[in-house]
Amino acid sequence: MKPVYINSVASISAQRTFDNSVFLDEITEYTDNVIRVIDPNYKEFIPPAAARRMAKGIKMGVAASKIALNEANLENVDAIITGTGLGCIADSEKFVSKIIDDNEEYLTPTSFIQSTHNTVAGQIALSIKCKGYNFTYVHSSVSFESALLDAKLQLEYDEAQNILVGGVDELADHHIKIHKLVDHIKADVVNSKELLESNTEGAVFGEGASFFVLSNKKSDHTYAQVLDVATYNSFSKQELQSALESFLQENSLEISDIDIVAMGNNGDIGYDGYYDALSHGVLKNTAQTYYKHLCGEFNTASSFGAWMAAKMIRTQHIPEAIKLNGMEPSKIGTVLLYNQYRGENHSFVLLRGC
Amino acid sequence: MGKGIAITGMGIISAIGNNVEENYRSLIDGKKGISRISKIDTVHKDALMVGEIDFTNQELEQFLELGGSHNYSRSALLGAFAAKQAVSNANITHINSYKTGLVSATTVGGMDKTEQYYYEYFENKEVQKYIEGHHAGDSTQKIAEQLGLHGSLVTTISTACSSAANAILLGARLLKAGKLDRVIVGGTDGLSKFTLNGFKTLMIQSDTYNTPFDENRKGLNLGEAAAFLVLESDEVVQKENKEVLAYVKGWGNANDAFHQTASSDHGDGATLAMQKALKVAGSKSNEIDYINAHGTATPNNDLSEGRAFLRVFGDTVPDFSSTKAYTGHTLAAAGGVEAVFSVLALQHNVIFPNLNFKNPMQEFHLTPQTELKKKKLHTVLSNSLGFGGNCSTLIFSKEA
Repeated sequence: MKPVYINSVASISAQRTFDNSVFLDEITEYTDNVIRVIDPNYKEFIPPAAARRMAKGIKMGVAASKIALNEANLENVDAIITGTGLGCIADSEKFVSKIIDDNEEYLTPTSFIQSTHNTVAGQIALSIKCKGYNFTYVHSSVSFESALLDAKLQLEYDEAQNILVGGVDELADHHIKIHKLVDHIKADVVNSKELLESNTEGAVFGEGASFFVLSNKKSDHTYAQVLDVATYNSFSKQELQSALESFLQENSLEISDIDIVAMGNNGDIGYDGYYDALSHGVLKNTAQTYYKHLCGEFNTASSFGAWMAAKMIRTQHIPEAIKLNGMEPSKIGTVLLYNQYRGENHSFVLLRGC
Repeated sequence: MGKGIAITGMGIISAIGNNVEENYRSLIDGKKGISRISKIDTVHKDALMVGEIDFTNQELEQFLELGGSHNYSRSALLGAFAAKQAVSNANITHINSYKTGLVSATTVGGMDKTEQYYYEYFENKEVQKYIEGHHAGDSTQKIAEQLGLHGSLVTTISTACSSAANAILLGARLLKAGKLDRVIVGGTDGLSKFTLNGFKTLMIQSDTYNTPFDENRKGLNLGEAAAFLVLESDEVVQKENKEVLAYVKGWGNANDAFHQTASSDHGDGATLAMQKALKVAGSKSNEIDYINAHGTATPNNDLSEGRAFLRVFGDTVPDFSSTKAYTGHTLAAAGGVEAVFSVLALQHNVIFPNLNFKNPMQEFHLTPQTELKKKKLHTVLSNSLGFGGNCSTLIFSKEA
């Protein structure tokens, strides 16, 4: 089996992350309960006429994929695999509300077409004329990890040599309003810095797109090796610790081999206990970082986490804003990512410097 | 070739039957499941025909013994119903005794409830429970729960009309790589106003019975269905002395990279997918005994797919038929439905007729199998082609 490397990264998020030459040097703070991305100049990546018709998710996805391809010095790839919890949900909303408001009359196809979950992967394929393997995973908070696992399998068996993998989700009005109704979005605004001390239900919702070129050939711009990816539909807090230990064991690693853990805490008092079970438990003496105060919570927010982990390994630097327990390892070799959403769909991802 | 991917169980619910046996009966008897819409309140009632499942949501809830308050969408109900059948058909009693996963597929997800309660959410607390059921992964989480899967690899694929084929493809790869010992794969899509109206705007829906590969085809009938297979590794099959229904022998996935919704005139994506699947199966094109075509009966699909047949098989295109005239196009479930039909064809050595066909298309002289045909079958190829250029091919065989 061949090793699998992250050869390039790209992230469009609520921080100025689309510029790969910096790494969270300046933090944009928010005092809100919904945060949106800082847009790059999409014209650099997409012809303006095409961009006008594109849903936000497509624009973010296509732009992020171009950044990742550029950094990897590639014009094309063997496969495109995306994860998205909700697809282009703004177009789903547009279509549903028109169905209701106009009693199923006067509908046009554009928003229906864009609403299908595989639109982003399809548009990327169209934009670079990639006829290879094309897949879209739509499983809540493991959408991105499912894509990552799929890519890893293909590269290990040399079924492909370069694969574009990404996670993308967009915010939309109705989606926000109804998630406020059920307290999945925090009732009150909260400052980014105080997210984990909010002691309230729900999360601060966000959006974004993070894309990567994975390859089974190392290059001079390789960020990290993807050691392993695992997803689990359900866990109790009690089971989490032993699940992590057996995951590490399968990779011949111990807790002490982990230099940094990057966790998906979102400040939801109902579910952050899962992270606490590890950070107060077996990972107590590990350097801990978090990121959802920077990018917000969305189904593929963990792709931002993977971007952050890869950048930490490359730069050997932990930006101040993401430190959770202040600990700092002597070197950043192995990074563990743990994420879950509302107690379901847990994932572990292991990255290692090389 | 590496490991054999054994199919040891199947479950299905579609417009032509509530289980595998009923579906088989309808296929043999030439009994269509296409009718006027009865369960969805739409202004297009008289303008469209669909493949509706007989059971109401209430009946499905009773079968699943849901009781009390729950937030199952129709896709979740159908999916759980079919997946449970598949697991029971595979004689699995302890689901977690082997490393077992679930890969499901859906395009609609919980859209049926979203379109019903879109504005009511703001006024009625009772219905707010469906908000969490909207996303596509929700039906899969519920199916996993119904099957008793815990701490397991569970994921969902949404690649439009090729979704379930891709779920089967991924499941086979996960077994082959040794990531899982057993995996339940398939897809589920209930009908919704969203899809009915969506396809209406594309003007590819027929107002009468769909006629795949016919010169005068007018478009597709949407359908609803759920279908799942149980795939098990050689080790599990040996240890448990399992009866094997058939094997997943080859798989291929490619993108047409032509247009967001339409297929290329020459079927580039479909051609590539079929060629890849033949390569994985280690089969020559003349070893395919029957093709269960995607054959949606849209002008675009059938032309593109037919041309792809000619490119892959040359002058000797195997017997082929589309079963969409029976079930309608069941979108994300279609690849699962047609996988079940392909296995049934292998088991019974029979080719199901392509109903409603009258005149060959003028672009080429391809004529589907229009009568039930008894024939010794070893290898069956099934296509699923979709929006976003997503094309997938699966090859099923009697031997590993």
